[in-house]
Amino acid sequence: MARFLVRRLLAMILVLFAISILTFLIFETIPNGDPTVRLGGRNSTPETREAIRKDWGFDKPIYEQYGITMKKIFTGTVVSYTQQINVVDEIKRDLPATLSLAIGAGIIWLGFGILFGVISAMKAGKFTDTSLTVLSLIGVSTPVFLLGALALWAFAYKLTIFPAGGYVPLTQDPWGWLTHLIMPWTVLSVLFIGFYSRVLRSNILDTINEDYVRTARAKGLSERRILIHHVLRNSLIPVVSLFGLDFAAVIGGGAILTETVFNLQGVGQYAADSIQQLDVPPVLVITMFGAFFVVVLSAVVDIIYAVLDPRIRLSG
Amino acid sequence: MAVDRTAPSPGKPAALEPGFALGDSAIQGEAGVGPYKLALRRLRRNKTALAFGAMFVVIVIMCLCAPLWANHVAHTTPSANHITDEITVRGKTKDVVSPEGIPTGPTWTGKFFLGADANGRDVAVRLLYGGRNSLEIGFIATFISCFFATVIALVAGYYRGVVDGVLSRTMDLIWAYPVILLGIALGTALAVGGLDFGLFTISGASLWIPAIIIGVVYVPYMAKPLRGQVLSLREKEFVEASRSQGAGNLRIMFREILPNIASSIIVFIPLMVANAILLEAALSFLGAGVQAPNPSWGTMIGDGIRLIPSAMHLTLIPGGMLVLAVLGINVFGDGVRDALDPRAEVRIEH
Repeated sequence: MARFLVRRLLAMILVLFAISILTFLIFETIPNGDPTVRLGGRNSTPETREAIRKDWGFDKPIYEQYGITMKKIFTGTVVSYTQQINVVDEIKRDLPATLSLAIGAGIIWLGFGILFGVISAMKAGKFTDTSLTVLSLIGVSTPVFLLGALALWAFAYKLTIFPAGGYVPLTQDPWGWLTHLIMPWTVLSVLFIGFYSRVLRSNILDTINEDYVRTARAKGLSERRILIHHVLRNSLIPVVSLFGLDFAAVIGGGAILTETVFNLQGVGQYAADSIQQLDVPPVLVITMFGAFFVVVLSAVVDIIYAVLDPRIRLSG
Repeated sequence: MAVDRTAPSPGKPAALEPGFALGDSAIQGEAGVGPYKLALRRLRRNKTALAFGAMFVVIVIMCLCAPLWANHVAHTTPSANHITDEITVRGKTKDVVSPEGIPTGPTWTGKFFLGADANGRDVAVRLLYGGRNSLEIGFIATFISCFFATVIALVAGYYRGVVDGVLSRTMDLIWAYPVILLGIALGTALAVGGLDFGLFTISGASLWIPAIIIGVVYVPYMAKPLRGQVLSLREKEFVEASRSQGAGNLRIMFREILPNIASSIIVFIPLMVANAILLEAALSFLGAGVQAPNPSWGTMIGDGIRLIPSAMHLTLIPGGMLVLAVLGINVFGDGVRDALDPRAEVRIEH
C-alpha cells in the first residue's frame, strides 16, 4: 500500500510538471500573445511595455520565466495578466459552483446510469432495452451546450419554472441554489448516463453467463441477491473507474460547456474566459489543478478496485 | 452469437439461387470466406444500423450540394448580408431582420427557406455550408487520428523498451490533459497565430487548424488500445515465422501485424468521426474552432444561443442537423462494431 502511494505520488508530480510545461509552451509560442500588451493594456506606449517586460521578467530566457511563474504558483502569489487578480483566490471563489455542479450531477449520472444499465441488461433484446439503447445513443450524440440551450428555452423562457442561468451559493439561499442547479445537473448528466448505462449493460451481460452466477442460482439464491451481490459487484468495476476520471475532469474545469451555457461562473468558465484572453497564469493553474484531481482520483479508483475485487493487487 | 436468419428453406432448390447458397455456408463459418466478408454480411442484416448510416450519407450529400442550393434556389452566399432587405412570402412583405433585431423564421420558400440569422444571412445556405465545414473537419481529424495512432501503436508496441516508454508517456500526457481544455487552448493559440511548418504555413482562419487539433487530441484514445494489441501480436507464431523467413522490422509491422489490428481501426473510425464532429462543434461554440464568418454547425449554435428567447430556430436547426448526423454515424458505428468485433472496448472521452 505504502509503495503504491509513493509511486502514485511520484507519477503525479511528473504529470503535473509535464502538463505545466506543455501549457506554458502552447501560450509562449503564440506570435500575438505578448503578455505585456495584456498587462499594460492595448493602448500602452512601447516604453511602459518595456518597463513591464523588465519588471515581470519577460525578457529572460523561457526556462527562467517558467521557473518564476511556477514559484509564484506554489507560493500562491500568481496573478492574472489581464485583471491582475490573484488566480488562486479567483479559483477558490469559483470552486463552490463547480463542486456543486460536479457532486449533484455525479450523483444523478451514476444513479441513473446504473439503473438504466441494469434494466437494459435484465430486459436485453426486449422493447425496454431497445428504447433505452436508442435514448442513450441520442444522449451520447447530443452536445451538452445544445441540450442546455434547449432546456433554457423550454424551462426558463417558455415555462419560467427555473431561472435562466447563474449561480447562488448554498449558504446564502439553499432553495435558490437548488433551482439554479437542477437544469445544469440534468444536462451535464445526460451524456454520462448514456455512456455508463451502455458500458454497464454489456458488462452485466458478460458476467451473467459466468459459472459462479450459475452456481449462485443453483444454490437457490434469489435473483435479486444474485444481481446485487454477485453480478453487480463485478460489473461495476469498470464503471467505478470511469466515474472517478469523469468526476475529476468535471471538477478540474472539464464542464466548461455546461458552466458557460448556464453562466455558473465556475472554474471551467474561468478557464474558457482566460484562454480567450490569452491569459496564461489562470490557464496554467487550472490545468494543473484539473490534472491533480485526475491523478488523485485515479489512485482512489485503484484502491476501490482492490476493495471490490480482492484478486487485484495494488502495484504502482 | 449471430443468429442465422437466412437458413435455406427446405423446399427451395439451391440451384436456382446460387448466390444464396454460397451466402449460407459462408455465414456458418465455412472455409473460403474472409472475416471481412462475414462482417459485411452480418452488417447487412442489421437494418437499423444501415438505415442510420444511410441517414448520415444523405446529410453528407446534402451538404456537398450546398453550392447548388445557394446558387440556384436561395441565390445568395453563406456570408452575404441581407440585414436591410425585405422579403415577400405568400403576398406579405416583411423585413428579413425586424427593427428590433429579431430575424425572420423559416419561410419554407426558396429564399430564407429556414429563416435568417441576426445578420440577415440565409440559415439554410449557412446550414449546408456549415455542414460541409463540420463534416470536412470531422473526416480530416479522423484521418489524422487514425494515421498517427496506428503508426505510434505499431512502433511503440513492436519496439517496446525506450521507444515505447517515450511514446506512451507522451500519450499519457495528452490523456491527462482534459480534452476540451487542450482543444480550446490550442485552438485559441493557433487561431491567433496560425501554424508555420517552414515549407508551408496555415493561416489562423483555415479549417485545417481545428482539424489538426482535434485529430491530435484524440490520438491517445486510439493509440493506447491498439498498442496493447500490437504488444501481444508481436509474440505470436506468425511473426516468428515471418522473421525466420528474413522479413525486416518494417515488413513485419506493416504486412504482418497491421492487418491483424485493422478490424479494430475500422471499428474506431465511425466513432472518431462522431466525436470529432462533436468536439468541432464544442470548440466552435466557444470561439476556438471554425473562425467567423466561416460557418459551421457549432458556430451557428453559438450565435443562435444569444437569441434563444426570440429566435429559437437559429439554435434548433443547426443543432438538430448536428444531432442527426452524429446519431447516424454513432448507430452505424455500433453496427460495424457488432459485426466486426463485438468485444472491442471503444470509448472516447469528451
